[in-house]
Amino acid sequence: MKDKKIDSIVEEHVDILKEIASIGCGNAVTALSSLLNRRVKMSVPVVNMLDFKDVSNCIGGAENIIAGVLVGLSGDINGIMMFIVDEDIAHRFVDMLLGKPTEPHDGFSEIEYSALTEVGNILTSSYLSSLASLTRTTINQSVPQLSIDMANAILSVPAIEFGKVGDKVLFIESVFETDTENVSGYFILVPDMPSFEVIFKSLGVM
Amino acid sequence: MKPGMILVGMADLNVTKAPGALTTLGLGSCIGIAIFDPISKVAGLAHIMLPDSRAISNNSNVAKFADTATAKLVFDMVKMGADRKRLKAKIAGGAQMFAFSSTNDNMQIGRRNAEASRAVLKLLNIPIIAEDVGENYGRTVELYADDGRYLIKTIGHGQRVI
Repeated sequence: MKDKKIDSIVEEHVDILKEIASIGCGNAVTALSSLLNRRVKMSVPVVNMLDFKDVSNCIGGAENIIAGVLVGLSGDINGIMMFIVDEDIAHRFVDMLLGKPTEPHDGFSEIEYSALTEVGNILTSSYLSSLASLTRTTINQSVPQLSIDMANAILSVPAIEFGKVGDKVLFIESVFETDTENVSGYFILVPDMPSFEVIFKSLGVM
Repeated sequence: MKPGMILVGMADLNVTKAPGALTTLGLGSCIGIAIFDPISKVAGLAHIMLPDSRAISNNSNVAKFADTATAKLVFDMVKMGADRKRLKAKIAGGAQMFAFSSTNDNMQIGRRNAEASRAVLKLLNIPIIAEDVGENYGRTVELYADDGRYLIKTIGHGQRVI
């Protein structure tokens, strides 16, 4: 284990991570549906191990403006998790949540900012509760933090965290569908090296 | 991005000669280490992610770390005709993208990257003549080999040349 690169270990077990992602996203969608008080469907999430230099290409390019909600993980699994949406989609999420008609506008007011943080908080925590129950572990989640900036700048945070153990990052794309529109959101899960072992061991693959 | 400009990715580095220019997009907690020789007009840019290659076992990509990336950058620049004694540096980036109040070292990676960059440049006797580091926002940078000007662009925090 020690000598083996985390990238190859993760690639070997990517199906398990996909399954976890699928269940986690399913749980998150249920939470989102009750939060928005409307039906939300989800397609099967796309799980990829990406080179971190390619991640920003998946969300509109390095300088595209995105919103990222970051939570720190502690307990049996340590690391970070992030929920990411494009700025336009962030506006739509917030407008749906606050029951406002969607109209183009710049920036986020204070209430919109905290609403968006809460969306990220609920989605990540429902994802993490699936992960915790599947792996029979305890995962504590820190207070969520929101940042809206260039994609690369925001992604540098999980990329650096993962850069300590590998050159790739676990990237989960899920497309949510409400009655009226499609919105896609992304999760990035970055457990530290010992936590990968915890996850794989608890699932009986190591 | 302007035509002819060389793109430096995350954990990547490159060198060029006047009239060339180098750019790296969306520096967050990473640092853009820019080095140039004003006489031979050779410039190099590294987009580093982590402070110290020795602290991490997975360190095969030299461009990922402040220490190894800077050494490689100087090596490549000298190979292109730069004089080691004339080199000057400018650094940008090292933001704290998320406002965690904790003193957790991991969350202060931007500050640690900046400190490590300063330390390695000092070790190599390359003076830092300008910096734009810290704060909580991303930066796109462009380094021009003809005069070593370092253009910094942000979202909502202006644009400046250092």
